Amino acid sequence: MTSFMSRKDFILFAGFTIVVLLLPILAAPFGAAYPDLLQRFMIYGIFAVGFNILFGLTGYLSFGHAAFFGVGSYAAMWSFKLLSINALPALIFAVIIAGLFALAIGYVSLRRSGIYFSILTLAFAQMSYNLAYSVLTPITNGETGLRMTLQDPRALDRLFFEASPGAPVPSIFGMSLSGWNGFYFTALFMIATFFLAMRINNSPFGMMLKGIKSNQNRMNYTGFNTRPYTLTAFVISGMLAGLAGALLVVTDPLAGAERMRWTASGEVVLMTILGGVGTLVGPVIGAMMIKYFENIFSSFNANVLNNFYSFLPDGVREVMVTISSKFVGEGWHLSLGLIFVLIVMFLPGGVMEGVRRIAASFNRRANGNKAEARVATAPAE
Amino acid sequence: MHPQNNVVLHVADVHKRFGGLHALADIDLQVEEGKTHAIIGPNGAGKSTLLNVIIGRLPPTSGAVIFDGTILTGKKPHEINQLGVARVFQTPEIFSDLSVLQNVMTPAFARRDGAFKINMFRQVDNEHEIREEAEAMLEDVGLISRREVHAGALSRGDKRRLELAMCLIQKPRLLLLDEPTAGMSRHDTNTTIELLKKIKARGMTKIIIEHDMHVVFSLADKISVLAGGRIIAEGLPEEVRGDPRVQEAYLGGAH
Repeated sequence: MTSFMSRKDFILFAGFTIVVLLLPILAAPFGAAYPDLLQRFMIYGIFAVGFNILFGLTGYLSFGHAAFFGVGSYAAMWSFKLLSINALPALIFAVIIAGLFALAIGYVSLRRSGIYFSILTLAFAQMSYNLAYSVLTPITNGETGLRMTLQDPRALDRLFFEASPGAPVPSIFGMSLSGWNGFYFTALFMIATFFLAMRINNSPFGMMLKGIKSNQNRMNYTGFNTRPYTLTAFVISGMLAGLAGALLVVTDPLAGAERMRWTASGEVVLMTILGGVGTLVGPVIGAMMIKYFENIFSSFNANVLNNFYSFLPDGVREVMVTISSKFVGEGWHLSLGLIFVLIVMFLPGGVMEGVRRIAASFNRRANGNKAEARVATAPAE
Repeated sequence: MHPQNNVVLHVADVHKRFGGLHALADIDLQVEEGKTHAIIGPNGAGKSTLLNVIIGRLPPTSGAVIFDGTILTGKKPHEINQLGVARVFQTPEIFSDLSVLQNVMTPAFARRDGAFKINMFRQVDNEHEIREEAEAMLEDVGLISRREVHAGALSRGDKRRLELAMCLIQKPRLLLLDEPTAGMSRHDTNTTIELLKKIKARGMTKIIIEHDMHVVFSLADKISVLAGGRIIAEGLPEEVRGDPRVQEAYLGGAH
């Protein structure tokens, strides 16, 4: 095992796997233990972990990763329509298409760095969004979005059996992917993605990427051709975005253009920064936090708030409800913005920096106690 | 003298203009294998420009740089490095976010794996050979006790030593040093001189740009004096030291 994975990595990976698989139990106290939300944790976790391979390791901030997410969604949907309702070919197809897309966009965008790179990726993503929204309506079905119908050819399925009655839904070798099945299906991919990210992070390739983030000039004068390295990282993260987009279609069979909008690209940046850029677990935590708050805050309405403030006298309660209502429901982005500002101000390294600081203070206290204990026992000996 | 026999670097008739400014004119420099060639000159003489032309950072207006039979002009920095040319910068260029050990391992990977290789499923922890080599290198430059420290936290002198180690681990055929002791204390300067003498014994060719005459005369086999973008004198250290033109242009008659 030592040659395959260090002890520390093995503990991290095992811990991550256990937590993910136990999420249905662990999330229960937070009122989040239902498959629809948990599988979105997984999907956006994959998206953010993939994004972090580019942003966290190389330092290249892409503002257009939603394009690959959206392309993955459409590709998977077309696989469902043309080939089979089996999720596996859909995922493979989506990852390949998103990878090719990332190769093209990355090849051009990576000719620049810093803010110019970010703007280029943003421009490409907005172009993709507009293509999906209006120009390529025959492929994307425009603003209505693409969904499965009974009339779909589904060539592979038709080879083996007659069209089943009722609306087609994605499955995996005949097993339905709704409910908890859907969660565990996405969880498997989350775990695999985490494993991949961990391997890359600890590999010589990952070290080169970190070198590029730290000092690209030195990398060049050290004999590295940095562009293929950044392009590889870009394509890998694009493929993982495509995988996430495809998984979203698997669990919720509708592919729409709004997933490619710049707000969606911005969201994955927020997730990564919120959790901790360049850390392994951080992006997953960030993704969960945002999806959780989105769910909780946006579901609050005036009634809920009235109940929440019911202990207050009438006049005060109305004022509080009026103020708070701006931060929930449709306005949940205000709360998100507030949280984001607080984290960036006080924990620039994200939630993971908080975790590190707490761990460090515990260590210090433990060491301090030990030192005191030593002093205390010394005279007795 | 048969300079053609063992010349490893030939700067052939290089001119460099920045607009109206003639930064380098008629530069013809031959660096012999295994020798330490110092380039000295007053501020603004064009020393750093010359180094940047050699390393491919600046294209010359005319002329060419030939390293071991290969024309370097027009090649990219990583290609020039892969041919065996490494450079120490005036302000240390290191990976501040990586540990000292990783800083030295990275160039070792460049030497072993070339300019690009997707080494995705190997683990750094298992690269024992490279790690041992890097540790030996850190031992040589006296940074072994700081191997796990973030390189950004090192003192300026240590950063220079680290950068030197990063260049040396590649076993380059030609090492370019841009004021390797600038801003160092006397003690650190002497340590660096000892270190550079040690690598000289290994037969590495070096071009060194330096202000500190103590360093130059301790190390150089040959000195070229640059003033106003031209080489005004060239020769063995003692010859250059006695040359009246050099004293006028550079030493200002202080000697």
